[in-house]
Amino acid sequence: MLETLADLVNADANLVRRGRFVDTTFLIAIDDTYTLVRIQEGSVASVTRGPFITPDYSFALRAPREVWEKFWQPLPPLGFTDIFALVKQKLMQVEGDLHPFMANLLYFKDVIAAPRKGAAR
Amino acid sequence: MSPSFEPITGRYLHLDLLGKPHRLYIEEAGQGIPLLCLHTAGSDARQYRGLMNDKRITANYRVIAFDMPWHGKSSPPVGWQDIEYQLSSRDYVRMIVEVADALQLDKPVAMGCSIGGRIVLHLAHEVPERFRALIGLESAAHTEPYYDLSWLNRPDVHGGMVSAGVVSGLVAPTAPTEGRWETLWHYMQSGPGVFKGDLYFYMIDGDIRGKLGEIDIARCPMFFLTGEYDYSCTPEGTLAVAERLGAEAVIMKDLGHFPMSENPEKFNGYLLPVLDKIRDL
Repeated sequence: MLETLADLVNADANLVRRGRFVDTTFLIAIDDTYTLVRIQEGSVASVTRGPFITPDYSFALRAPREVWEKFWQPLPPLGFTDIFALVKQKLMQVEGDLHPFMANLLYFKDVIAAPRKGAAR
Repeated sequence: MSPSFEPITGRYLHLDLLGKPHRLYIEEAGQGIPLLCLHTAGSDARQYRGLMNDKRITANYRVIAFDMPWHGKSSPPVGWQDIEYQLSSRDYVRMIVEVADALQLDKPVAMGCSIGGRIVLHLAHEVPERFRALIGLESAAHTEPYYDLSWLNRPDVHGGMVSAGVVSGLVAPTAPTEGRWETLWHYMQSGPGVFKGDLYFYMIDGDIRGKLGEIDIARCPMFFLTGEYDYSCTPEGTLAVAERLGAEAVIMKDLGHFPMSENPEKFNGYLLPVLDKIRDL
């Protein structure tokens, strides 16, 4: 699901503009498959799939595959529409240095939900 | 587009609230049974403009919404700079009663959303005789914190942006774009720490689970409406309250936590039958 993330985000000029002060790397864990997403000035600079020996990232979002698959549907089912909905139900863990995440929350929510657009095509 | 005024009137009311002088911004439209509307945490009375612009509602109801102190165009009390704002159940109940008294409202209907949906339960418990009926939007007896609230007020995070970011997922994904972003704009305009201070009531002080058994809807009828996409005040939470009280609850399709502002047209379709029932009481 993350193969198209860079293209989907970088093609959205307004999303990139909203994230122009973001420079960080975060981790998405789908079960125990890890992917590092590098953001530079709001663009996705790289998407690198693990395994990693010493992954270096600011924050991580961890959830089982079936949770991510529901979250990334074009219209997710009730309870799977938002990261905070998943966190509240303890279906997702958000951990690490949350400052870049919370300081750019609307931006990151749209970046992380971007695969929905790909699924809709 | 030709210029046109909405039928809403906005005025500033000077009154004593909670023992201090306040300058409160109040909007209203319509004539009939007073319908006192209570906005959500960290937002303001603009959320109810969709009601005030609907003639089907204002034909029979005088729709009134005030910005709570610290919110919208209502100022915080003098000396606010030395206070950490924190909304308590006691102050919230008192504030609503004192505003209703100041406006000389005769047995109004009170309708609140989220924190307002919680406080109507407190009103039913504390002062049921003051109200003709109570309508809870997105009501639950309690909501556990599900993120660290300190993110909402710190100098290295934009408070308006993070508040809007936190609540953005509570708007139904099916909401019209305009309603979604209008709702979030109100959150972006909130003063520093105000949303966090309201959530003290919502997630800590306002827990009313232990008092539900003491609410008697024969003394003041209650109605509940909750959006199916609300994961903060969940439909399950509302249905549990309604069942306990023996009150009517409707789960609203395609709506989230801010029904009146995210999708007013759809919401009014659910509200009108409730307002009709209250007219017949």
